[in-house]
Amino acid sequence: MSKVFIAFQLNEDTRPIIEAVLADNPHAVANESPAMVKIDAEGQLVIKRNSIEELIGRDFDLQELQINLITISGHLDEDDDEFKLSWLN
Amino acid sequence: MAVQALKDYKFSPADAQEKFHGAQLLYVGWDEHLMFCAPFAYCLPPNTLFSDLCQKFMAHSFGYHPDWKSVDFSKVTWLKSGQPWQPDMSKTLAELGLKHKDVLRFQTPGLKGINGTCS
Amino acid sequence: MDMNVKKKKLGLKEKYAHMTRGLDWQTSYQPMEKVFPQATFEGIKIHDWDKWEDPFRLTMDAYWKYQAEKERKLYAVLDAFAQNNGHLGITDARYLNAVKLFLTGISPLEYVAHRGFAAAGRNFPGVGPRVACLMQSVDEIRHSQTQIHAISNYNKHYDGFHDFKHMLERVWYLSVPKSFFDDAFSAGPFEWMIAIGFSFEYVLTNLLFVPFMSGAAYNGDMATVTFGFSAQSDEARHMTLGLECIKFMLEQDPDNLPIVQKWIDKWAWRGIRVLSLVGMMMDYMLPKRVMSWKEAWEIYFEQNGGALFADLARYGIKVPECLTQCTEDKEHISHQAWATFYQYGGAAAFHTWMPNDEEMDWLSAKYPNTFDKYYRARFTYWRDEAEKGNRFYSNTLPMLCQVCQIPMLFTEPGDPTKICYRESEYEGEKYHTCSDGCKHIFDDEPEKYVQSWLPVHQIYQGNCFPDGTDPTAEGFDPLAAVLDWYHFNNGHDNLDFEGSRDQANFAAWRGMATKNT
Ligand SMILES: [Fe+2]
Ligand SMILES: [Fe+2]
Repeated sequence: MSKVFIAFQLNEDTRPIIEAVLADNPHAVANESPAMVKIDAEGQLVIKRNSIEELIGRDFDLQELQINLITISGHLDEDDDEFKLSWLN
Repeated sequence: MAVQALKDYKFSPADAQEKFHGAQLLYVGWDEHLMFCAPFAYCLPPNTLFSDLCQKFMAHSFGYHPDWKSVDFSKVTWLKSGQPWQPDMSKTLAELGLKHKDVLRFQTPGLKGINGTCS
Repeated sequence: MDMNVKKKKLGLKEKYAHMTRGLDWQTSYQPMEKVFPQATFEGIKIHDWDKWEDPFRLTMDAYWKYQAEKERKLYAVLDAFAQNNGHLGITDARYLNAVKLFLTGISPLEYVAHRGFAAAGRNFPGVGPRVACLMQSVDEIRHSQTQIHAISNYNKHYDGFHDFKHMLERVWYLSVPKSFFDDAFSAGPFEWMIAIGFSFEYVLTNLLFVPFMSGAAYNGDMATVTFGFSAQSDEARHMTLGLECIKFMLEQDPDNLPIVQKWIDKWAWRGIRVLSLVGMMMDYMLPKRVMSWKEAWEIYFEQNGGALFADLARYGIKVPECLTQCTEDKEHISHQAWATFYQYGGAAAFHTWMPNDEEMDWLSAKYPNTFDKYYRARFTYWRDEAEKGNRFYSNTLPMLCQVCQIPMLFTEPGDPTKICYRESEYEGEKYHTCSDGCKHIFDDEPEKYVQSWLPVHQIYQGNCFPDGTDPTAEGFDPLAAVLDWYHFNNGHDNLDFEGSRDQANFAAWRGMATKNT
């Protein structure tokens, strides 16, 4: 199984996002570098709107992710509730 | 395979010999002396003597290397386009059959660069 | 019974469908082929343009909203940087030279990417890809502008930042990235998408923007890291577009496979050659280093690219053959590229230097198979000679590769002690390339590469001197004339960092910033 990843800038906006991603994807690993964090996961990674909203206490549109996104790897499928990265092999 | 194009695709080469004002390009690299990161490009008249290439132009380019003073041109081996080749020092580039954009490599057995690292 | 009290607007999928479909029309008084002349000549067959789907499902309204947010954040940081003399917060003035190379070698290409995606958007008959290309075109001009704005702060204080646009079209090493984009832009829209959308964005930009930008943060350059990450946030979308484009072509018609494979092979290699510059930026030009070039390569190319090619295998796509060479090259190219710039440092618009002992120890730890064996003795020799006042500057122009336009500095596969020479003949004329990869590209389309504007040959043809120069005049100095034509400030922009005006100014200003004298 190949790894997918997503990287975010490290700031106050992304702290709860990263927390939510790691909670929802127990197989994911966060690797910090200066100013950024890269989250790697075998096979797939799912980011859930609900989990982020619970942590930040307000509505969240998954498209807001783009503001602090640095890079991704894998096929993306995004709808209103989930932002999913996966490799099909 | 030809370029896929909407129209006829034909252009003259950017570096044809007639663009060099009577001179021709010749490239020379010194094997196992990577202190010089790449072979040198010379633009020389075809009547340049091969001895001048070695003693003047190459000496100017390669002279910084501490091995240069030990180069004995009577023992140097040459490659032209990767094949063994034997120059005659008293002849000109044209007489030796060197064409525009030919590439020469010279090898100096026994000389292995800085600390023997081919540098 | 709907429990959701909020009035739900259109869902993302519906909104995307409404805003990217049915926006076009069939022409009536001109045939479609004449309106979209570039849609078919490359041989790619598309049967249903509506099968194109942007996985981000981004629509123009959301695009403007989030891009505006990114810009606000970025410019707030740039203002703070300028107001607080941020330039004095960097680790070491040597670092600035990486930023100079970025401004001259990369930012102008963002602008070319802007033009190229505008053209691709114009030339594709399908609305989905047109919308995606439009967004990317606007992104790319944003990248170019924000980079110029961010870096212009340094132009107030340091050398070499003053004329990037003029330099791009003239300077020998800038012809490397420039020719990459010229090659892509002069192809058709589908090849452009593979060249830039896929190879450059998906396979390669991670290496440029992620570890290098993190390195900029590590070196205290808040301006660069901010524009870098701001650009890379768009890049995530661009990579997705590139990957989507590949899948789309492969799913539309089986006849597309060999054409797509050929382009992947070509552009992977072209991109890897350009990345040699980034390799040396990471290993040599960052005073504080996050990771080595080799480590970045392993993470972002081998692992990530490996996952990608494993995935594309179901369409019949094979890993480009030239990539086996890269496994060997990753341990050499940064050292080989830096050695090249060091010796041609008289003709570069940035400073070069030899690493100190501590840096050399880091390089041997990161490159245990190669650094001590092939490079350390050379670099130590140069450093010792420089200390004796005999700093090495090569005085003769190098031979260049006809395709990638890099000096012929790469070594033979399996033997890093010998330069790799490859030769082709086309219509009675000889052409030289640096590798099997470049030779293969040349041999496939020789008509294209016979036109290469090779800086060394152009200089010898007399095309690189200021107007009115008489090369036959007594005492004519060709190097000085070329630098003049490049708009280099000879003696300030070029040469060694040691003894440079940048070095002196940075030390003096930092002293003023930290002391009351
Ligand atoms: Fe860009
Ligand atoms: Fe090449």
